[in-house]
Amino acid sequence: MWMLEIPPFVPFFIGALLVLVTRGLLRSVIMVAIPVISAIHLWSVPEGLLVQFAFLDYQLTLYRVDKLSLMFGYVFHIAAFFGVVYALHVRDTTQQVAAMLYAGSGLGAVFAGDLLTLFVFWEFLAITSVFLIWARKTERSYRAGMRYLIIQVLSGVILLAGALFYGAENGSLEFGYIGLDGIAGWLIFLAFGIKCAFPIAHGWLTDAYPEATVTGTVFLSAFTTKVAVYALARAYPGTELLIYIGAVMTFFPIFFAVIENDLRRVLAYSLINQVGFMVVGIGIGTALAINGAVSHAFNDVIFKGLLFMSMGAVLHMTGRINGSSLGGLYKTMPKTTVLCIVGAASISAFPLFSGFVSKSMVMTAALENGYDWIWLVLLFASAGVFHHAGIKIPYFAFFAHDSGIRTSDPPANMLIAMSIAAVLCIAIGVYPAALYSLLPYDTGYNPYDATHVLAQTQLLFFAALAFVILNLRGLYPPELRSTNLDTDWIYRRMLPTAIQYLLSTVNKVDAALRQTFLVRLEMRLANLAQRHERLSGLLSRNYPLGSMVMWVVVILASYLLLSFLH
Amino acid sequence: MLTHLPALQVLIPLMAAPLCLFLRRPHLVWMFTLIVSGLAFLISVALLQQVMVSGPIIYEMGGWSGPWGIEYRIDRLSAFLSLIITAMSTVVLIAAQTSIDKEIPKNRQIYFYILFLFALTGLLGIVSTGDVFNVFVFLEISSLSTYALIALGKDRRALWAAYQYLIMGTIGATFILISIGLMYQMTGTLNMADLAVLLPEVAQTRTIFAAFAFFVVGVCLKLALFPLHLWLPNAYAYAPSIVTAFLAATATKVAVYLLIRFTYSIFGISFSFTTLPLQTLFVVLGLVGVFVASTAAVYQKNVKHVFAYSSVAQVGYMIVGFSIGTTAGLMATLLHLFNHALMKGALFLALGAVMYRIGSVQLSSFNGLGRQMPFTMAAIVAGGLSLIGVPLTVGFVSKWYLVMASIENGWWPVAVLILLGSLFAIVYVWRIIEAAYFKDPVAGKEPAKEAPLAFLIPIWLLVGANIYFGIDTRLSIQVAQAAAHSLLGISP
Repeated sequence: MWMLEIPPFVPFFIGALLVLVTRGLLRSVIMVAIPVISAIHLWSVPEGLLVQFAFLDYQLTLYRVDKLSLMFGYVFHIAAFFGVVYALHVRDTTQQVAAMLYAGSGLGAVFAGDLLTLFVFWEFLAITSVFLIWARKTERSYRAGMRYLIIQVLSGVILLAGALFYGAENGSLEFGYIGLDGIAGWLIFLAFGIKCAFPIAHGWLTDAYPEATVTGTVFLSAFTTKVAVYALARAYPGTELLIYIGAVMTFFPIFFAVIENDLRRVLAYSLINQVGFMVVGIGIGTALAINGAVSHAFNDVIFKGLLFMSMGAVLHMTGRINGSSLGGLYKTMPKTTVLCIVGAASISAFPLFSGFVSKSMVMTAALENGYDWIWLVLLFASAGVFHHAGIKIPYFAFFAHDSGIRTSDPPANMLIAMSIAAVLCIAIGVYPAALYSLLPYDTGYNPYDATHVLAQTQLLFFAALAFVILNLRGLYPPELRSTNLDTDWIYRRMLPTAIQYLLSTVNKVDAALRQTFLVRLEMRLANLAQRHERLSGLLSRNYPLGSMVMWVVVILASYLLLSFLH
Repeated sequence: MLTHLPALQVLIPLMAAPLCLFLRRPHLVWMFTLIVSGLAFLISVALLQQVMVSGPIIYEMGGWSGPWGIEYRIDRLSAFLSLIITAMSTVVLIAAQTSIDKEIPKNRQIYFYILFLFALTGLLGIVSTGDVFNVFVFLEISSLSTYALIALGKDRRALWAAYQYLIMGTIGATFILISIGLMYQMTGTLNMADLAVLLPEVAQTRTIFAAFAFFVVGVCLKLALFPLHLWLPNAYAYAPSIVTAFLAATATKVAVYLLIRFTYSIFGISFSFTTLPLQTLFVVLGLVGVFVASTAAVYQKNVKHVFAYSSVAQVGYMIVGFSIGTTAGLMATLLHLFNHALMKGALFLALGAVMYRIGSVQLSSFNGLGRQMPFTMAAIVAGGLSLIGVPLTVGFVSKWYLVMASIENGWWPVAVLILLGSLFAIVYVWRIIEAAYFKDPVAGKEPAKEAPLAFLIPIWLLVGANIYFGIDTRLSIQVAQAAAHSLLGISP
């Protein structure tokens, strides 16, 4: 049946076109219907389907369906659905079209069966998503978006370079296991790494996500990094380097998150931290670890979406997002508070919430394979997550000191979207078998044994205790208006300053040199001019032409010299 | 009749040019020129088909056989080039009358067409002839008419730009003539095929070394290889828009043709690449040219200047492909000849449309044009994407082959540099997009209307070709491959 061969990005792209030409209620209906129809369509697609075509000298695979890609395909549909519902009140064509195209590009990327198709969607992701940042229409967001775009496009160009080398080495562009041998492997690894927010390359994420619109951030948090996680899981499972990179990713954002004031930026840091767990899982590479990474990606899309939505609701209703100017909102936004706590519990991996059933897989895999130190780091990171995302976010927004803001719960569509995500968080936590049945491998893993539950509960309890004590003693870093320096400072401030300094030095030296040279030259010319009055006029007037001819002579002379010497 | 096609292709525009004088009315002349150019296009299609099937055609002028008589020699490369030239001239001419109505006074419009036809004759003659002196003659025909065409620009600086081009072009042509003279002195023949046979015997002499050096420098001036490109930006920027579109799409391409023809078919690849240090020189100049010209393009305020500098950068890519010296490299260059003609044709025509409506192509006057001239600006975006080398456009195909060729040859730093060069293209294309879509139009200025159909049709024909040949690459790759094979003496 040819209907089955329609890749899932097609309905989204068509949807984007329809959104462009429709208005009002019809547009809303289309936007909600597209993810639903596409998801039903995807559900009926059999595994192992391939849609191929020939381009240049290669066989390209536009659509490849297997368990790994299906898993991401499903969750992207869920994310697109609650993202769309959450954004139903928005009346901004640019944002709506960009969101549809962005979701479609994410789907295109995870179902791409060759590097060239992947590259195309990789760049599409970058270009479409930047409009979600720009849609906020502030100077700040424009600049953040520009930086974001440059880095994302750069990642794409590196991917293309890697694909070229890969094609030259293997004569095929199939996107399968690549591994870190040869220049192609490293280039592609680097490209994935940038998009995956590897440490040092993570600046774009924390820089740009908090600058996007309320609804845009929800979409952003779902797709870009998860596509990169998918790509890593596909091409680099079992690459040991990833374990260490992932471990660093899990713990370093914690420190930034604790002192950060902008609550959406806190979430951006915790996004990196969660992706770190997935990267560790991919690096370990056993069936259990990959399962853990993939299912954690699945859950993360949902609970991180929920958290971004709840913070977005706060921003939408109060116009503020800094922890220092919020607080006491639980009185007027009770529903949002509850939903946010569900998200916080999920990300902190409370038993019976979704984070628990997936994160523990990665940690068990780390122990089973003898990475004890990594396990400790992950444990520390779990405590840290609970700290900044599980407690800090709800505490500073909804409790803490009363900021005096009196508002109400957000519009119904926002509440519905959040509720959908919250229900999924709990459902997966309570009945993980449904999620496990979708996983690429069958490992018979059971998260609810006594050790796991006990260990995790203890961890959470002591982390909570630490927060309470610190807070009571007044030792907890207060929420201050401040700017925290991260690595993006290097390219935002240091490099421009350094370059400027370098240029001005070069300029000075150059100017000085030229000055002396010019003075000499002028003296000569003045001398000449006295003798041949007409010549000096000719020289000054024809300077550009003269320089052209000079180049001709230089080239000819050096070329002749070279050929005679040869 | 069919056997005379090689001669007719050059003769038809040559004879048509003076006939224009009798028609007097600019509109009639325009129709006439368009028909002539279309005819030349049909002939080149027929020739290409014939050559692809049955190999090179040798046509003896006046029945005098070579090496004494002048012979026209149409092989795959010539046919490919004349296809590009005639196709571009025809498409560009569609918009010509509308455009020059605003840029050239009525009483000079007929001269524009006459000069245009002469330029076309010259370019077609260069690619068709099999005689080196004939090359020089046609080179002068095309160059002289081009100088005059540029001088027709309404900006007074056009005169100055044309004058500079005149001086530089003449130096270039003279160098080529010197080279031809030296070769004639050593071999006593002007016929290309004959030269190819006789030159190896005397190849190790200083005279031939000098001949080659003069030729290379002369032709590099013509193709605006860095650092001999200084004449090009102003000439492109101040010429009438149509002339810019035509020149950008064809003139430098023909110079690249000459370079390929002389080095591969006449001097021979072993002499050009191994005896002389052409390869190193060209790779370095090509790459430096890509970066210098792209950087220059980023800082230009006049959008025509931006794309003119970008043309210099694109020539750099072609030269890099050429100097790789393998079939793949040559093929990449030939593909880029074709593809670059499509992109620059579309872009400069779109600029012509902007010029027509706004009267200026300064970057600042693009503010807010995205809403006022949606189709024209969309074409600039599409052409710009192609220039950057985004997949699904022709730019991607040529970059792909170029990078592949350099990787296959083991020059992977070159491959990386080529890709980095594309990043510059993103920056300068972005500046235009930013102005057109993200900045508000200048307050108090009357909003511009969308360009007339006479512009939109050829512009979108070219944009469509940019996308079509970016997806269905059979035609361009097949022909480029066949031409590269026959140049390197490999039977396909």
